[in-house]
Amino acid sequence: MNSSAVTDRAVKEKAVKDNAVAGDEQKRAKTGAARYRAGVLKYAQMGYWNPDYSPAPTDVLALFRITPQDGVEPEEAAAAVAGESSTATWTVVWTDRLTACDRYRAKAYRVDPVPGAPGQYFAYIAYDLDLFEPGSVANLTASVIGNVFGFKPLKALRLEDMRFPVAYVKTFAGPPTGIVVERERLDKFGRPLLGATVKPKLGLSGKNYGRVVYEALKGGLDFTKDDENINSQPFMHWRDRFLYCMEAINRAQAATGEVKGHYLNVTAGTMEDMYERAEFAKELGSVIVMIDLVIGYTAIQSMSRWARRNDMILHLHRAGHSTYTRQKSHGVSFRVISKWMRLAGVDHIHAGTVVGKLEGDPNSVQGFYNVLREGRNEQDLQRGIFFEQDWAGLHGVMPVASGGIHAGQMHQLLHYLGEDVVLQFGGGTIGHPMGIAAGATANRVALEAMVLARNEGRDIWNEGPQILATAAKDCAPLKAALDVWGEITFNYASTDTPDFVPTANVA
Amino acid sequence: MRVTQGTFSFLPDLTDQQIASQIEYCLGNGWAVSLEYTDDPHPRNAFWEMFGHPMFDIRDAAGVMTEVNACRKTFPNHYIKVNAFDATRGRESLRLSFIINRPAAEPGFNLVREEGPGRSVRYTTRAYATERPEGERY
Repeated sequence: MNSSAVTDRAVKEKAVKDNAVAGDEQKRAKTGAARYRAGVLKYAQMGYWNPDYSPAPTDVLALFRITPQDGVEPEEAAAAVAGESSTATWTVVWTDRLTACDRYRAKAYRVDPVPGAPGQYFAYIAYDLDLFEPGSVANLTASVIGNVFGFKPLKALRLEDMRFPVAYVKTFAGPPTGIVVERERLDKFGRPLLGATVKPKLGLSGKNYGRVVYEALKGGLDFTKDDENINSQPFMHWRDRFLYCMEAINRAQAATGEVKGHYLNVTAGTMEDMYERAEFAKELGSVIVMIDLVIGYTAIQSMSRWARRNDMILHLHRAGHSTYTRQKSHGVSFRVISKWMRLAGVDHIHAGTVVGKLEGDPNSVQGFYNVLREGRNEQDLQRGIFFEQDWAGLHGVMPVASGGIHAGQMHQLLHYLGEDVVLQFGGGTIGHPMGIAAGATANRVALEAMVLARNEGRDIWNEGPQILATAAKDCAPLKAALDVWGEITFNYASTDTPDFVPTANVA
Repeated sequence: MRVTQGTFSFLPDLTDQQIASQIEYCLGNGWAVSLEYTDDPHPRNAFWEMFGHPMFDIRDAAGVMTEVNACRKTFPNHYIKVNAFDATRGRESLRLSFIINRPAAEPGFNLVREEGPGRSVRYTTRAYATERPEGERY
């Protein structure tokens, strides 16, 4: 190294240090009268950046991925997010001094660069428990994602994860039924449940629709399902659908001796209409009703209360979620939506398949499943889980895997998703060359054969295709399914992947 | 017809060896295995008769198989299922439940419809076999 290079480096280091000193001034919270003099301060100067703060066990924590505009310090951007999602406005207001404002200010307490993503930072923010109304996802989200996502100093913002203190979790009733009670009501244990969405999803008359339900349930599925956008349209009035579906369910129960169900979608334009439809489903003896995510958090919580009072399983279709969950730089991660929905109280939620036609990185999807099912989550960066979460006895939500899956993937599905899941084969049932009932039988036989083999200690990941081929010798419908779809895969790169990969341990 | 309750009813009837290895799996997970039998296979018959208590203290599959054989000998024409109970907090329920014996002939269920107002129908499922008294059904 020559001497001029050494000098250059010294100059650069001094400049960095000087900037740091000036920057520190900008990042430090002002106190006393200086804090409340009329005018505009940096959010950090207003007290929303506090690297010395150590979060209380009763705080609500949020992790945001922030992409500051050029020239905006990450700490200031984090402080702005903390400010705009709690008490701040753009300028100093003296009325802060009429409140316990130090407590109500959210505190950004940590900022880390995102590995492998220049310009992006993880900002950790702590919120005092008193900032949120008990038992209201609407209030929680109005704060945490209410204003801040359009904030100009940020190019993009994504809510990656949240931690709820037990004190807050306990203000929610959670899933009205839960995984364990659902299984007991259905008398189905030890294997994933099987479902299918009726196709075509639009256009069938009530009678033809019921035919698909009957064939699929009789053939071996546990559930069939309305699709997200089947409500009450000119080709099929909702009452017609409900009546024909109940005939189909009861016929299939008598044909098999098993409890069967169909997710009757009660989504409608008003709460009054939804209650009317749900009441009708109850009168007819349905075990389950369904709603769409697009009805909104308050409507979901209302339907959850209704389901709890009426012993009904509540299925949630995550219609619309990809508009804000899919891109990594901006929006809300589905793991956060999963947490909100467990609090809001649904029994089923679509959460990805890994192997099917829709977005789903294996680690991310397993992270969602763990959030929905486990009694407690440990930090698991590889699966995108940043915080510990104690669910404090709140029931588990049954994840639903739906979209482009077929019998030939049974070993992969069981490997990735485990046992407490509904596997939904729509096209993979109804599109079967020997008919709908045969399609259902193929899926059920493939599933039971795979569970049997796994329990026997066989390596299903590697021996899966062979296990299926052997089972198909006793089951012509399974053979036909494997012949048609055995080779179909959807191999595309995922957009929503965790940022941390396991590294080799030196020890 | 074939009653398809239980985890493995869509497969050919399990051999004793297959049953034993499922029991092995359950015991390996620390679950308590129990046997239940019935001659009323209604889908909502939640309480089949218990063939003894759950075997909390039997830790080898051979011991459970002895009970399986005793149950099958006593009730050769009943439905018999093997249950595995998991006492872990948050589960405290069955983890596996599969039928290992069934009547030679299964006549199935009659679906009774009672027409109500507004085209609604009340449904009742009744096993043909339960028209006869308990113990004389299969």
